[in-house]
Amino acid sequence: MTARAAITGVGYTPFTRRSGRSVLDLAAEACSAAIDDAGLDRAEVDGVASFMVMHDSVPCQAVATVLGLGEQRLLLDVDLGGQGPCYLVTLAAAAVNAGMARNVVVFRAMNGRSGNRVGTMQFAGMGAQYRYPIGYDAYMMYVAMWGRRFLHETGGGAEDLGAVAVAQRKFAERNQRAVRREPLDIDAYLDAPYVVEPFRAADCTIEVDGACAVVVSSLDRARDLRHPPAVVAAGAYRAGPRSGLDIGDHLLWDDYTRNYTSLLAADLYGQAGLSSSDVQMAEIYDCFSSTVLIGLEGLGLCGRGEAGGWVRSGATAIDGALPTNTHGGLLAEGYLHGMNTVAEAALQVQGRGGDRQAPRHEVCAVTSGALMDGSALILTTDR
Amino acid sequence: MVAAHPGATPDSSAAAAQSPPPAPQPDVESAPFWEALRRHRVLLQRCTACGRIRFPPMPACPYCGGRTSVAEEVAATGRIYSFVRVHRALTPSMSGQVPYVVAVVQLDAGPRMIGRVDGDQESVVIDAAVRPDFVDHDGWTELRFALVDAAGSAP
Repeated sequence: MTARAAITGVGYTPFTRRSGRSVLDLAAEACSAAIDDAGLDRAEVDGVASFMVMHDSVPCQAVATVLGLGEQRLLLDVDLGGQGPCYLVTLAAAAVNAGMARNVVVFRAMNGRSGNRVGTMQFAGMGAQYRYPIGYDAYMMYVAMWGRRFLHETGGGAEDLGAVAVAQRKFAERNQRAVRREPLDIDAYLDAPYVVEPFRAADCTIEVDGACAVVVSSLDRARDLRHPPAVVAAGAYRAGPRSGLDIGDHLLWDDYTRNYTSLLAADLYGQAGLSSSDVQMAEIYDCFSSTVLIGLEGLGLCGRGEAGGWVRSGATAIDGALPTNTHGGLLAEGYLHGMNTVAEAALQVQGRGGDRQAPRHEVCAVTSGALMDGSALILTTDR
Repeated sequence: MVAAHPGATPDSSAAAAQSPPPAPQPDVESAPFWEALRRHRVLLQRCTACGRIRFPPMPACPYCGGRTSVAEEVAATGRIYSFVRVHRALTPSMSGQVPYVVAVVQLDAGPRMIGRVDGDQESVVIDAAVRPDFVDHDGWTELRFALVDAAGSAP
């Protein structure tokens, strides 16, 4: 897409174990905060977009109502999980570019720990009958299945997964929002027991209650707002062929070592007029540690089979070649289904990363999703 | 995309451990597959247009879109493509089973299937040869896989 839209504001609720609040209340707080952060008047917001899994959230209609918004030109509810955030920002930007809406707030809200927990949800669908009766019954297991094959083919091991968790924890130490902030080193990682081998607890995201939102505006409007624009230079969604009967059905996928990132990378860089070597930092979806390795390779940010060694070398640290998951990732900040991954990318590109600000932040790659389908963005400064 | 924090592990009370796993809920397409398993046979769909055997059962071919298929019995032998070892059960009905292995098996007949692998857990590795192993439950039969030793017979 021609870069004529930008993320202009972000908003969060606290991330907690038990919010004691309704999902609608959480959504309203995060969306309201994002609109205020952008410096927009509510009357200017004419679109709301969100995603949910198994009805664990609230419709955009309800959020627009309790925010007291006026006429809405775009209300978009999508039945997706972590594939959704970059996808919805892409769609919001396309709507803004097409003149369908002026300012769209994109959110994810959930009582993801005290309420409906995605990790143990049974995904309705034709594929479920082959998984749940045999104890293949959590998304963690599906990602672990891919992770095992990835490590096998690329010659990686536990130290490579552990390096992801350790590197991200260092960022989390600088992030007051993060749920997991206690220091982690590789020895402590390796000493911990497996949960679903090859994953230990530190390889897994931590479920929370909370909400997160971003506002997508036209670039022209963005230039007059409170913060520098995080320009949506590119956005793409991709579902590979034979992506299955439901979000847990990966049996028809040919290659468990490559996910959707491999499929959308060329489109993404083509839209932005950039190449992988132009990317200065990344926020890679990480419900589990292995998806960072697969995503880095899929986007061509390092070579095939190199991701583990690259992370172990410190390349993804704040002073490395490609600071990655600067909020600590979903592994440490908390599981807002990657909406917080997009918000962190926007903060970084805007130069608002505080103690964890990446020194070079003009071009940031962001992804949403782990397996057969997902989405990605290139956010840039207003160049 | 989605995830469980390990804290999601349900309590492993004895009562929970003894409750059976959920039985499969067959649909129109899968009913012949489940019925065949009761007879310890693996019955899959072969596309009459492109000839590919597919799994899971579905109303049309995911490779060519062909709308017709025939049922075909396969040997369900193959090799482990990948596997996970579950150390902490995510649902109460499985808490008495840990640790257990679930593998994706590349069948010699073409498609991949999924199933638990019993036997010597140290021998479960990628590319290990497996054969079908049928486990009867109350009202349904589970397809598991057993390791095949180098001589080609099951241990």
